[in-house]
Amino acid sequence: MPAMKSAPVSASPSRRRLLLAAGGLATVSATGCATVGGRGAPRVVVIGGGYGGATAARYLSLWAERRIAITLIDRDPTFVSCPLSNMVLGGWKTIGDLTVGRDGLRKRGIDVVQGNVTAVDPARKEVRLADGRALPYDRLIVSPGVDFLYDQVPNLKAAEAAGRVLTAWKAGPQTVALRRQLEAMPDGGVYAITIPVAPYRCPPGPYERACQVASYFRQAKPRAKVLILDANPDVTSKGPLFKRIWADQYKGIIEYQGNNGLMDIDPSGKVAKLQLDDVKADVLNVVPPMRAGDIARDAGLINANNRWCQVDWLTMESTAVPGIHVLGDATLSAPAMPKSGHMANQHAKVAAAAVLALLDGRPVNPAPVVMNTCYSFVDAKNVIHVASVHQYVPEKKTFEPVAGSGGVSTGPSEIEGSYGQSWALNIWADMLS
Amino acid sequence: MASCAAVPSAFGPSAGVTVRRLAIGLALASAALSANASNELREARSLAATCANCHGTDGRAQGAMTVLAGYPADRLVAMLQDFRSGKRPATIMHQIAKGYTEAQIGTIARYFAAQKAN
Repeated sequence: MPAMKSAPVSASPSRRRLLLAAGGLATVSATGCATVGGRGAPRVVVIGGGYGGATAARYLSLWAERRIAITLIDRDPTFVSCPLSNMVLGGWKTIGDLTVGRDGLRKRGIDVVQGNVTAVDPARKEVRLADGRALPYDRLIVSPGVDFLYDQVPNLKAAEAAGRVLTAWKAGPQTVALRRQLEAMPDGGVYAITIPVAPYRCPPGPYERACQVASYFRQAKPRAKVLILDANPDVTSKGPLFKRIWADQYKGIIEYQGNNGLMDIDPSGKVAKLQLDDVKADVLNVVPPMRAGDIARDAGLINANNRWCQVDWLTMESTAVPGIHVLGDATLSAPAMPKSGHMANQHAKVAAAAVLALLDGRPVNPAPVVMNTCYSFVDAKNVIHVASVHQYVPEKKTFEPVAGSGGVSTGPSEIEGSYGQSWALNIWADMLS
Repeated sequence: MASCAAVPSAFGPSAGVTVRRLAIGLALASAALSANASNELREARSLAATCANCHGTDGRAQGAMTVLAGYPADRLVAMLQDFRSGKRPATIMHQIAKGYTEAQIGTIARYFAAQKAN
């Protein structure tokens, strides 16, 4: 690889550790072919340890056919799942139930680094961290998730910083704080959730959240209401199913308004200023308009609508910056491809296979397939799904959903509830064990 | 591993372990494996990995999901065809099975059959 020759020799003490921490140490002893200290091993750095990044690191390690030095960087010490986090709001799960450590990846020989990335330098091919370290790479994988377009809701940032209005669109402390707001809300009060124009992370997520909050109200605050204020003209995912559930299960609790997007909030955090009217709420929960995460922006990877990252779908390599692969919600989605954790995991496998091929000078897989499954919990036990399969179409250089495949549940069921729980167990193991 | 030559299209016993050793063999120079067979295995591995989110890495599922590792290939192909035709009722697999070609289903089934169930 030409990139190897030009790889900068870093004085960073981490480099030796990095190289020694190559994926697949067992491989070395099995073959005895590695050079001392592993100095010939290509280096892949992964930024972001969520559904995309952790999966990429793990599958690089699983699929490497020679020693690869893999580093995974995340600012948080543990992974907290966004999928299932609405159940914390319903009171059916704790945030601890959704938290998984990254020691499984360390045991595979992946160097897991907790830290903040301050810069990506594609010219020097290195990632710089807040603690001063510089990590050189031959290939970089960025799975940065989303950050919010605060300028589109001018009073949100201050209200969020003060804890008055929460987004809770990244699972963690805000999820727990939103649950506390719901617990403190009086019976007879109003919880309102605002939804931005698609695309946004997790299309059915806001509607599932409405169901979860309503499931809590039904048992604890029977006079309280859930108001869904949607900038989209209609429910963007599993629409007929959600609307049937609201009419059957949550009649008199959930009210839906389409075509009523958020313009701003009152600084008090108690009033949503909408396209059609102003709405008062005891608990206002804003899902803000969003874009690819800050790391993608700072690295110059955003090249679509000032929001998303375009990629070559055969490799997930950025079309803006060579040598950097982008995964998950941050990408400009292919047709009918959702921004989901499941899809980010699938992106990661395409990227892992392609990165290994590129490092070894092999052709990449010309016919990748990705698929999505999303289970929404409409109460403690019952679930509805949406599924799709996307094949690569060479003439169009993109993934397209396969005609006649995919679909949604016929209705909520407990058997799908058990599948939803098992989905979580299996995908967390698929990315972190 | 003496099984290098045995891999070809059926992916041999425990192909997941074998592939790495095989490929290392290639890197070292003299494995008895053609580049085509190796690519075939890599593509099978990638296809099967699309199932792993629910059915576990290499088909080693937890919880309520069906364990696909070690599942006989002909039975898995038949089951997926029955999902596609509607002969076998399902909550979701009838929708997913229709997204893969028959050739892909065969490839996936042979890959899982070659995995150890643990």
